[in-house]
Amino acid sequence: MKIANILLTAAALSVVLGGSAYAKTLVYCSEASPANFDPGTTTGGNDFDASSRTVYSRLVEFKHGSTELEPGLADSWDISADGLTYTFHLHPGVKFQTTDYFTPTRDLNADDVIFSFTRQQDDKSPWFTYLPNLSYDYYVGMDMPKFTKEWKKIDNLTVQLTLTEPNAPMLANLGMDFASIMSKEYADKLQAAGTMADYAAKPIGTGPFTFVDYQLDATIRYKAFDNYYKGKQKIDDLIFSITPDATTRLQKVQAGECDVMAYPNPADVPAAKADTNLVVLSQAGLNIGYMSYNTTQAPFDKAEVRHALNQAIDKDALIKALFQEAGAIPAENLIPPTMWSWNKDVKADAYNPDEAKKVLAANGVTSIDLWASDRSRPYNPNFSRAAELIQADWAKVGVTANITTEEWTKYRADGKKADRPGAFQIGWSGDNGDPDNFFATLFSCSAVGVSNYSSWCNKDFEKDIQDAKKTSDMAARSKLYEDAQVIFAKEAPAFLLAHSQTYVVTDKKVSGFLQDPLGLHRFDDVDVTE
Amino acid sequence: MFRYFLNKLLLIIPTLIGITICSFGFVRLLPGDPILALAGEHGVTAARYEQLRVQFGFDRPIWEQYFSYIWNILHGDFGSSIATHTPVIREFMLLFPATVELSLCAIILAIVLGIPAGIFAATRRGTWIDQGLMGTALIGYSMPIFWWGLLLIIFFSGYLHWTPVSGRIDVQYFFKPITGSMLIDSLLSGQKGAFQSAFSHLVLPTIVLGTIPLAVIARQTRSAMLEVMGEDYVRTARAKGLRSFRVVGVHALRNALIPVVTTIGLQVGVLLAGAILTETIFAWPGIGKWMVDSIFKRDYVVVQSGLLLIALIVMAVNLIIDLLYAVINPRIRVQ
Repeated sequence: MKIANILLTAAALSVVLGGSAYAKTLVYCSEASPANFDPGTTTGGNDFDASSRTVYSRLVEFKHGSTELEPGLADSWDISADGLTYTFHLHPGVKFQTTDYFTPTRDLNADDVIFSFTRQQDDKSPWFTYLPNLSYDYYVGMDMPKFTKEWKKIDNLTVQLTLTEPNAPMLANLGMDFASIMSKEYADKLQAAGTMADYAAKPIGTGPFTFVDYQLDATIRYKAFDNYYKGKQKIDDLIFSITPDATTRLQKVQAGECDVMAYPNPADVPAAKADTNLVVLSQAGLNIGYMSYNTTQAPFDKAEVRHALNQAIDKDALIKALFQEAGAIPAENLIPPTMWSWNKDVKADAYNPDEAKKVLAANGVTSIDLWASDRSRPYNPNFSRAAELIQADWAKVGVTANITTEEWTKYRADGKKADRPGAFQIGWSGDNGDPDNFFATLFSCSAVGVSNYSSWCNKDFEKDIQDAKKTSDMAARSKLYEDAQVIFAKEAPAFLLAHSQTYVVTDKKVSGFLQDPLGLHRFDDVDVTE
Repeated sequence: MFRYFLNKLLLIIPTLIGITICSFGFVRLLPGDPILALAGEHGVTAARYEQLRVQFGFDRPIWEQYFSYIWNILHGDFGSSIATHTPVIREFMLLFPATVELSLCAIILAIVLGIPAGIFAATRRGTWIDQGLMGTALIGYSMPIFWWGLLLIIFFSGYLHWTPVSGRIDVQYFFKPITGSMLIDSLLSGQKGAFQSAFSHLVLPTIVLGTIPLAVIARQTRSAMLEVMGEDYVRTARAKGLRSFRVVGVHALRNALIPVVTTIGLQVGVLLAGAILTETIFAWPGIGKWMVDSIFKRDYVVVQSGLLLIALIVMAVNLIIDLLYAVINPRIRVQ
């Protein structure tokens, strides 16, 4: 009997200890430190990886690996016929995370949803300025103050948003990181204690992982949230190992110190592919690299000149030189082919230097200013190199390009000036997978002077994209955007370069990791084989 | 001695004023705008830009901004980061111990290897040993830190698997920092294997950061030793029949160390500059990496206050070295 007891105790102990020894840990080599853990106050992808996609949830979510929307904290929603009222029905019994710094006493309710948005808009709320020099830039950038009329609590589990005017992309906006749902109870507790800054340093949410610890510029630790409303994650611990240098990140994943790494150097991709212990994931990014012609300035005020300049550029050679092994998809339209409403019948100007030469000579175009910046972007890794190659192509058709290179922030500030001369290289990475986020942000009339670097305001194009905002009928919206692409191709306010490939390298023991079209890194539903 | 100390201390004041002007001015001379950098790809409307300019205080005349900065510093307020909204002094205090640990290890490595190498080369002047050592030192001095660091990672971590690639300790070890030194904290944590892990993570960054100071100290020691060994008192010591070890180790070395100590003091600045690259390559969470990130973000507050704090530390170390110089060299004490 005694021996049996000892054996049973030993067996029980081995289960307990064995269980803890086999806790599944996933280490992610991230590229930068997060600015903080309040996703409303930050704008970087690395900030969102560390906060909104780990700790928080939203009313609606992007399906893993896609930009398609699915229910999140809201099980369902109703949109009024006039497109002005959105009523969300919240999932019952959603728990907030319990940590050593906060223990929630209630489940998620409508108050949390209302607080999450109004704190970003109400300048009288103490939460509008709870950090020094705070600004809710994404909320403002997505025009939320303009479209939001009111958030109203119907009951604990029903919340209503009223808009000032119909805006179909609103639902996609609510899946974005700034729309993460925060705990009002936690906010009230910190406010009462006079420690409001902790809201951005010690996060509490309803997401798949609970925040454990952040050692500045070194590591961020999370553990799986046992009461996550979609079920506990397969991994037990998630660790971000902050490693800014891309070559070092690859070495770490090769040495087994990391399981997933962000943003490998394009030049390192072949080496990573050759390593049999690694898996290299790639997909076309939700982005576009392009070159805007200022359509209010001669000679770019003529569509035929713009087409001719496009025809003079050997796009395939340019893409090969710029993106090298990493590769990129030549752009036919402003939106990438993976996005709904992409018009397959629209083709960008084909390389035709002879035709270009004739048109440019007939219009007396001999000299053009060409802009470049010092920054590498996902959609254009080297603006200066691109400028030199375009300069060489244009020289072949009798046009001299004078290259101006500027620092990135000054570059964009100068580029958006209405009287800016010349062709301006720029690009865009999508925020929410809605075509409006490309068309309206980059080429609407209201974006002139802000992010419409072509100063192009075409009434037919404008009508299409504004009409598409007013209806929530997807087929109708898709048709309007397809038509907008036809107008864009005809008018050619820009030279469309490419949609770049994005890469993630994982250890082969990692399963379930899906690349995010928005460029984020999500670890829900990911598993590791020990 | 007290007067000597006081003179050195008073000299710090104009230097400090100069540093505040430089750090405040230079960061504003950089092309770029912190508001636009913060706004990301979306950009901001002209109205919003103006609003943020007022909020950050960038609309005020430059001299007013400068005096407000000085006034705040005199009251112990180094400001808050534009990007993270965290007080600069808090971030600095969190990150500085990592830089100190790395720099201390690097300078210890440089002294422990550099001084004997210099003595050895000097006592074998003109031989292949001297030429070999000084040639190696010259290569070490000329080595680009970034390239050297990556080379060591690829060879020792990637190929031989002898050392970890980057960071301060394996992620499996988790404890709250007490002293900020990972070596000490890992010992205090009592976790098995933590100290070994922290130590192995220090090896490559220490070699990379210590390479240039090592080369400089070795060369300086050699030339100082050669100079001293030609002096009359060394010849007298030899003539008295003292053993070579005593002549070199006591009579020559003590005097040769005076310029070497000054050189070591000057290496503090070199170490902090080297830390910027070393910390970036090895993902070492110190102030070097922090400054680089802040410059890219055009985070004026962090750059100007961080530079001032670093300058204060460099000056403090130089002051200590000056005092040490007086201890070693009695003539300075008498003067």
